[in-house]
Amino acid sequence: MAAQDHEWILRFGDDALVLAQRLSEWCSHGPALEEDIALSNIALDLLGQARALLTLAGQREGRGRDEDALAYFRTDREYRNALLVELPNGHFGDTIVRQMLFDQFAVLRYEALANQTVDRELAAIASKALKEVRYHAAHSAQWVVRLGDGTEESHQRAQASLDVLWSYTAELFEDDAVSQACSDAGVMPLNAGFEASWTAQVEAILSEATLSCPESSALHTGGRNGRHTEHLSYMLAEMQVLPRTYPGAAW
Amino acid sequence: MTQEMDLNQRFEDYIASDQKIEAKDWMPDAYRKTLIRQISQHAHSEIIGMQPEGNWITRAPSLKRKSILLAKVQDEAGHGLYLYSAAETLGISRDEMLDALHTGQAKYSSIFNYPTLTWADMGAIGWLVDGAAIMNQVPLCKCSYGPYARAMVRVCKEESFHQRQGFQIMLNLSQGTTEQKEMAQDALNRWWWPSLMMFGPNDASSKHSEQSMRWKIKRFSNDELRQRFVDMTVPQAELLGLTVPDPDLQWNEETGHYDFGPIDWSEFEQVVAGNGPCNRERIETRVKAHENGAWVREAAAAYATKSAERTSSQTSAA
Repeated sequence: MAAQDHEWILRFGDDALVLAQRLSEWCSHGPALEEDIALSNIALDLLGQARALLTLAGQREGRGRDEDALAYFRTDREYRNALLVELPNGHFGDTIVRQMLFDQFAVLRYEALANQTVDRELAAIASKALKEVRYHAAHSAQWVVRLGDGTEESHQRAQASLDVLWSYTAELFEDDAVSQACSDAGVMPLNAGFEASWTAQVEAILSEATLSCPESSALHTGGRNGRHTEHLSYMLAEMQVLPRTYPGAAW
Repeated sequence: MTQEMDLNQRFEDYIASDQKIEAKDWMPDAYRKTLIRQISQHAHSEIIGMQPEGNWITRAPSLKRKSILLAKVQDEAGHGLYLYSAAETLGISRDEMLDALHTGQAKYSSIFNYPTLTWADMGAIGWLVDGAAIMNQVPLCKCSYGPYARAMVRVCKEESFHQRQGFQIMLNLSQGTTEQKEMAQDALNRWWWPSLMMFGPNDASSKHSEQSMRWKIKRFSNDELRQRFVDMTVPQAELLGLTVPDPDLQWNEETGHYDFGPIDWSEFEQVVAGNGPCNRERIETRVKAHENGAWVREAAAAYATKSAERTSSQTSAA
C-alpha cells in the first residue's frame, strides 16, 4: 500500500507536539527565570508547529479529524514521533542536550520542507517553523557549550546526558516505506540524507563544548511505527485526561 | 540636617505635583523600603502565581487552550522579570529578593496558596484573580515611582488579555455540558471569597495604607477597590448564569453599589500566616527549582568568566 502524505506530515507534527508537551513540564521549574521563559517560549513555538501540522495531516487524511482529535484521541501506538522527544526531561542538562540533538535535525528537515514546491501548504508551515527552530538551535547549542565548558560538574553531567541520548539519534535518520514515498513525491530527501550535515554540526558544537562524541552501538528505534518507550503512554494519559473523561465537550 | 530637609521638601513637592521619582533621585528611606517591599512582593506573586496555573498546562483540554495557558504563564514569568528589575533600581539584588522569598521572610499574594482542582479554575483565576489584580494594578501605572509605574503599564496590558481569556473559559464552560457548568460553579464558589480578600484588609485595619496613599504609591483604598471589583463582577456572573456564593449580596439602589456579606478574615489571616492549603508546596517547589538549577547557574557563570578571560588574552596578544 502506498504511503499517503498525511503519514509523513503526522510524523513531523508528532515530533513537535510531544517535545512541546515535555518542555511545557518545565514551566515554573527552570534553573533561572530567563530560562523558564526561554523553555516555555520554545514549547509554544513547537506547539504552534504541531497544531499547523496536525491540522494539515487531518485534512489530507480526509477522515474529519482535526488537531485535537489527532492529539487527544490517538493511543501511544498510533503516535509517530521519534523516541528521542518523548524521553523524560531529567535534569536541565538532559533536556538541553536532547534539545540540541533534535534542533539540529529540525533545522535541516524544515529547510528541506520549506524549499520544496510540491506541497506548498507544507512549505508555508515549514518556512515559518524554520525561523523559530533556528533560534531554538542557537539557544540549545549555546547551553550545551556553557554546560560542557562550564564547571567540572556541569561537564560531567552534560557528557553523561549525551552518552545516554546519543543512542536515540540514529532513529532520526532511518528510512522506511513512508519516508521513501515522501522522497519519491519530491517533498523531502530521505532522512539518511540529513545525517552527514547533522553530524558535522553536532560535532562542531560538541567540540566547542569540550564534550566527546559517544560511540554508541545501542540503537533505540520504533517510534515512527508506534513502538514507543514506556514513557509515552504516561505522557498521553496526563495530556488526554480531560477530553477522554468528558467526550463531546467543547472547551 | 538642613540639606536633608531641603531634599525632603523637594521630594514632597515632586509628589505633590504628580512628578515621577526616578531611581537616582533622593528619596526618604521609608519610601524606598516601602517600594522594595511592595514591588518584590508583587514580583514574588507573579513567580509563585505561575504554579497553580502551570499545574494545568500539561492537561489543558485542547491544543488551543494549552497554547493560550502556556503563553499566559510565560507572561507571568515576564512580569516577574520586569518587577525584579524595577525593584533592583532601588538598590536590592534579585538574589537577595529570592532569598527572602525562599526563606519565607518575603510575602506573596495569598491567593496562590489555594489549589487548582479542575480546569474551571483556569477560568476562575483569569476572570476573578486577574480581574482583581487589574483593579489593584491599573492605579499603579500612575504611582509616584517611575520604574514601577512604567513596568505596570506593560503588565496591565497583558493582564487584561489574561482576564478576558479567563472569562472566555468560564463562558465556554457555562454554555457547555451539565458537568462543565457544575465545574464552573464549583470554581466560582471556591475562588470568590479569596478574590475579595486580594484587596487586603478593610481600610480601618490596613497598616501600610495611609502612608502609601500620601506618597501616591497607592491611589485608592482597599475597600474602594474591592467595591469596584464586586460591582464589575456580579453582572458578569449573571451573564454566565452562575451564582455568586454570598447570600447577602444584593443591589443597593441608594448607594448605586452592590452590598455584600462580611469577609471571613480569620481564613485570610490563617493563609497569610502560612497555614493555607498550598503554602508549603508552593515554596518547596520554588526552592527545589532554585536548588536544582544551582549547578546550571554556576556553569553559566564559570563559562562567562572563561570566555571573558579568553577574549581579554586575545585582545592583549593582538
